[in-house]
Amino acid sequence: MLETAFTGSKRYYLLLAALGGLVAIGFLTYLYQLSSGLGITGMGRDVSWGFYIAQLTYLVGVAASAVMVVLPYYLHDYKAFGRITVLGEFLAVAAVTMCLLFVIVDLGRPDRMLNIIKYPSPNSVLFWDMIVLNTYLLLNIVIGWMVLEAERNQVAPPKWVKPLIYLSIPWAPSIHTVTAFLYSGLPGRGYWLTAIMAPRFLSSAFAAGPSLLILLALLVRKYTKFDPGREQIQSLAKIVTYAILINVFFFFCELFTVFYSQIPEHMQHFYYLFVGLDGKARMVPYMWFSIVGMTIAALLLVNPENRKNETRLALLCGMVVITTYLDKGLGLMTGGFVPNPMERVTEYWPTIPEALITLGVYGIGFLILTILYKVAVTVKEEIKA
Amino acid sequence: MSISRRDFIRIAGLSTLFGLGARGAYELIAPGQLEAKSVPEAAATGKRWAMVVDMHKVDADTARKCAVACHRLHNVPDFANPVNPKYKVDPEELVRWEVKWIWTDHFHNTFPGLDQQFQQERLDKLPFLVLCNHCENPACVRVCPTQATFRREDGVVMMDMHRCIGCRYCMAACPYGARSFNWRDPRPYVKEINPDYPTRELGVVEKCTFCVERLEKNLMPACVVESKGALIFGDLNNPKSTVRQVLRQSYTIRRKPHLGTNPQVYYIV
Repeated sequence: MLETAFTGSKRYYLLLAALGGLVAIGFLTYLYQLSSGLGITGMGRDVSWGFYIAQLTYLVGVAASAVMVVLPYYLHDYKAFGRITVLGEFLAVAAVTMCLLFVIVDLGRPDRMLNIIKYPSPNSVLFWDMIVLNTYLLLNIVIGWMVLEAERNQVAPPKWVKPLIYLSIPWAPSIHTVTAFLYSGLPGRGYWLTAIMAPRFLSSAFAAGPSLLILLALLVRKYTKFDPGREQIQSLAKIVTYAILINVFFFFCELFTVFYSQIPEHMQHFYYLFVGLDGKARMVPYMWFSIVGMTIAALLLVNPENRKNETRLALLCGMVVITTYLDKGLGLMTGGFVPNPMERVTEYWPTIPEALITLGVYGIGFLILTILYKVAVTVKEEIKA
Repeated sequence: MSISRRDFIRIAGLSTLFGLGARGAYELIAPGQLEAKSVPEAAATGKRWAMVVDMHKVDADTARKCAVACHRLHNVPDFANPVNPKYKVDPEELVRWEVKWIWTDHFHNTFPGLDQQFQQERLDKLPFLVLCNHCENPACVRVCPTQATFRREDGVVMMDMHRCIGCRYCMAACPYGARSFNWRDPRPYVKEINPDYPTRELGVVEKCTFCVERLEKNLMPACVVESKGALIFGDLNNPKSTVRQVLRQSYTIRRKPHLGTNPQVYYIV
C-alpha cells in the first residue's frame, strides 16, 4: 500500500519538497542547539519550558481528538464517519509523532533519553506520558493501516484489530489527561493548580482537533478526487460547536474560582496574561485575542446557517484552531511560569532558532501527514473507480 | 513445531515490550526497592540534616561570603565574569542562564504573602539567604522521570548529574526556584576550577547538596563555615544537636510551608 505514496502529481512532490526543506532547516538548527545548548532558546531559569512544550501540549489535543470520529463510528454505528476515521487516525499519528519529537528537542541531554525506560519512575507523570503517547502512536498506526488495507482489498479487517480499536477509544482522552496532569499536580504554580485542567484540555482538544480535521477534509476534497463528504463535515462541525462552547464555559469557571476567592497566587498569573504585571505585558494582546475570538467563534458556530456555509465554517474552524492554540500553547506555558514562585516577572518569547526547530518538527509532522493522507486518498479513489 | 518468520518477529517484539514494562511494574509495587539494592547501606547512621538561618546575624557581607565559598567550591559558573572576555553575555541572558546554589533575596520574595504594609523596617533591607530546602516531601523528586534527583535517608535531596536527561520537570515542580539548568556550557565561566569537585556539562540540572562531600568527612557545609554562626547546621534526629537547641529556643519560619513540601531550612527572622 505504501507504494501509492511514491506516485503522485507534481504538486504532491512540490509539497513534499517544501516540507523536506523545512525539516532540513530545522535539523541544522537543532544541530546548533545540540552544540550550544538550550541557551539559544528564549527559555531560562524562570520560564524553563517554552515553545516546544507548548506545541507538545497543543498537539496531544489534536491527536486525542481522533476519538471524535472513531467513537461515533464504532460505538454508535454512525456509518457516515466510516469514510473519514482513517483521516482522524492518520492525523493522530502525525500529531503524536510531533509531540514525541517536541519532547526530544526540549531535552538538555537527548542522548540519555532512554533513561526514562532504564530507570522507570511511576511517580513521575512524564514517565506515564511517555507510555501513553507511544502506545497511542502504535495503536493509531496499526489500526489506521490495517483498516485501510482491508478496505483496499475489499475484505473485513482482521479480527484482532477490533479490540485495539476499542482500546484506542479510552486511550485518546487518557493521553490528554496525563498531559494535563504534568501541570496540574505541581504545588507552586497557581495557574496550573486546578482540577479542571484535564477537562479544559479535553474540551479545547475536541474543538481544535475536529476543526483541523474539517479544514483538512476541505483541502482533500479540493485537491483530490476523494470527497470526505458534506454530512461528515457537518457532523464534525457540531462536535466543534459543543466542544468550544464547553471550553469557553470552563474558562469562565476558572475565572470565577480564581477571582472570587481572591487568592493572590492564583490571580497574579491571570493579571500577567490579561493586563500585565510589573509593567510587563507581552502576552496581553494575544490572550485577549484568544479569549474574545474563541467566544465569538463559539457563539457564531451555534447558528446552523454559519455551519452550513462551508466558507464561513472554514473561517470559524480556523479561528478555533488559532485561538485554542494561543490559549493552550504559549498562554498556558508562560502563564504558568510568570510570575515565578518568588513573584518575580521574567518574560518569555521564543527566539528565531527556537522557532526554526519548531517549524522543522512541524515539517516532519506534515510530511508524515501528507504521505499517510496520500496513501489513504489513493486507496479511497481506487475503491470509487 | 515450526514458527514463521512473521510470528517470530511478533513474539519477539511483544516480549521486548513486556520486558521493558516489567521494571516499571516492580517500581509501582515496591518503589525504590530495586534501586536501593545497588546503593551501599551507608545511610544507616540515622541522621536527618537541617539548617537554621539566623537573620539577626546575616548581613550583606556574610551572605556574599557564604555564596562565594559555596560557588567556588562547587565550580558554579559566574556568567557575569567569563574566563575569556569573548564569552561575555548580555544582562538579559544573565538572568536566564544564571546558575546558583545559594544566594540572597528580599523578604517579600523569600516569603511571598508574609510581607505586610506595616512591618519592621529592617525586614525590607535584610539579605535573606536562600538555597535548596531539602524538603522532606520534595516535589522535584516526585516528578523526576529518571530518579536522577532523589532524597537520601539523611534528608539530603541529591542530583545525579550523570543520569539527568535535562527535561527540567523538577524546575517546574520546585516552588523555591532552587534549581538551575545548564543552558550553556558552564566551564568558560568558572574562573578557578576546583579539581576536587566535578564541573558540569551542558544540559543538566544542578542545585545545593548540603555539601554531602564534606558531610562524609565530618565537615560542616561550606556556607555554614563561612557564616560566622549565622547558619546553624545539624542533625534533627539528635535532641542535643545545635539545630534542635536553636529550634527549641527560637520561633522559626519556613518558606511556603502550606505547600506540604516540609522544607528543612528554618529561618529566625
